[in-house]
Amino acid sequence: MSFRTAPLAVVHDVDKSTLLTPELRAEIDRHVGKYPPEWKQSAVMPALTLVQEHNGGWLTQDLMDQVAAYLDMPEVAVYEVATFYAMYDLEPVGRHKICVCNSISCMLGGAEALLEHVEARHGVAPGETSKDGKFTLKEFECLGACRHAPVVMVDQEYHECVTRDGIDKIISKLD
Amino acid sequence: MVDHQDTVCFRTMRLRPKIRHTLKAYRSVGGYVQWERILREKPSPETLIEEIKLSALRGRGGAGFPTGLKWSFMPRNKPGQKYIVCNSDEGEPGTCKDRDIMRYNPHQLIEGMAIAGYCIGATVGYNYIRGEFYEPIDRFEEALLEAYQAGLLGKDLQGSGIDFDLYTHLGAGAYICGEETALLESLEGKKGQPRFKPPFPAQAGLYGKPTTINNTESLASVPVILEKGGQWFLEQGRPNNGGPKLFSVTGHVNKPCNVEVPLGTPFRDLLALAGGVSGGRRLKAVIPGGSSVPVVPGEVMMETDMDYDSIAKAGSMLGSGAVIIMAEGTCMVKVLANLAHFYAHESCGQCTPCREGTGWLERVLERILHGQGRPSDLDLLDNVAGRIGGRTICALGDAAAMPVQSFLKHYRHEFEHLIEHGTPLVEAA
Repeated sequence: MSFRTAPLAVVHDVDKSTLLTPELRAEIDRHVGKYPPEWKQSAVMPALTLVQEHNGGWLTQDLMDQVAAYLDMPEVAVYEVATFYAMYDLEPVGRHKICVCNSISCMLGGAEALLEHVEARHGVAPGETSKDGKFTLKEFECLGACRHAPVVMVDQEYHECVTRDGIDKIISKLD
Repeated sequence: MVDHQDTVCFRTMRLRPKIRHTLKAYRSVGGYVQWERILREKPSPETLIEEIKLSALRGRGGAGFPTGLKWSFMPRNKPGQKYIVCNSDEGEPGTCKDRDIMRYNPHQLIEGMAIAGYCIGATVGYNYIRGEFYEPIDRFEEALLEAYQAGLLGKDLQGSGIDFDLYTHLGAGAYICGEETALLESLEGKKGQPRFKPPFPAQAGLYGKPTTINNTESLASVPVILEKGGQWFLEQGRPNNGGPKLFSVTGHVNKPCNVEVPLGTPFRDLLALAGGVSGGRRLKAVIPGGSSVPVVPGEVMMETDMDYDSIAKAGSMLGSGAVIIMAEGTCMVKVLANLAHFYAHESCGQCTPCREGTGWLERVLERILHGQGRPSDLDLLDNVAGRIGGRTICALGDAAAMPVQSFLKHYRHEFEHLIEHGTPLVEAA
């Protein structure tokens, strides 16, 4: 919680054209344009999401520092955001992320059995990455698609009413 | 179910699935007629707010606060920027209605936000959508583009001198951002930790400016209220409980679904619309308004109507309209342990009673569930829950405490059995 009405802007001593990539900067600029000019930091969440996607699904400290410099934010303010929200990963992950919803409707719909199945069949427990680096398995809190329980989010796509066979097929189709 | 001519948020649902989210489809059901009328005639915002008050539309996100009253708190004539923010951070376990509004009827949300902006004097709006909603985000963005191209959003709209710009803001996975002041912090690029109130957002909200935050379904209801009149909307429901409402019926039912039904519909009819309890089982318990509200025994629910006041009388809350059905054979200790895990995971960590208390609740419930409970544990749970409720900045603490107290009240014997015998009284769900 903050009582400030202005952002704690910190201009870094760096040439912004050396940060990230031109494509990422253009994408981030599109988000920055939505907010008042002095509130560039409003774009920090979409910026981190874009940078993470570009980096194979996880964020390094160097990348977070570059986002901070690009948005005129103190580094620690970026770390706070990156560690607070569940969609950011700060450790290396597999090529794909499989997120199984574990909240009440999905639990009643058999999400637990699904997780046990993946562990038994594929040897990957929640929080782990498969040995071939294909996927990281995550338990996720409510994905907001409860009428299709159990729901599994694979990268950017929701899969609905997923059965054990269904998750096997999903995994086999991933590259 | 609501007859198709009386649908509100699901007005486009009867159209062809491939096109129902488009501008053309929305126009075919009367879309943007109200916004264009406002641009043409510039009615006084007061009369529009009076119409919303008359409709008895209550906030659909969970709190049930009257929308018209909320809008009237805005210092509309005060100079300076003001904002309208839509809360599409849908994440209350059991709730999946706003996702479908954005997938199937995104233009109605845009029109509702534009009208809300006009009423409260805001020329800029943000729709805060949870980051996991890739498909709804794409649909909403496509609709925004269409609306801009059609001259329905932007500056000096249709020569009226009225400006309204609308943007999508992406979340990144945090239940707490559904709390309106946490959402504002998140929009400002910070951790989503709720603000102390007062000041309320109508005085100092986004970037310190006057701001109104409404739920997706509330805002999407607005164009139809103006089209058919506040009185019509009120009559669809009950006094003080205006309109139809979307209910997400999930859990142990044959046909989990989102349905739009008039407020005041008997629960047993809603259950029938969802195909009844799955497997031909008996109804055991219902959480009638999302995971944060007290659980109600099945036999009580069967005699209750689905509106804010009736559910309050049954000892719970309508909340977000997420109706979670549990059949006989469901282990209530396991269900409560699941809920406790959720709140412990999602506590933002700002207030000690919630940060520490939700962890205690989770750990004690886990040990009971795994047959390691102690006879004193039920008093401990009650005690911890009692020390969270009412002692935190936001309602997440209360949301974590309320289920504990209600589960212990109605299903205490299941907890006692597990503590005494080390195995559940009923088979696990």
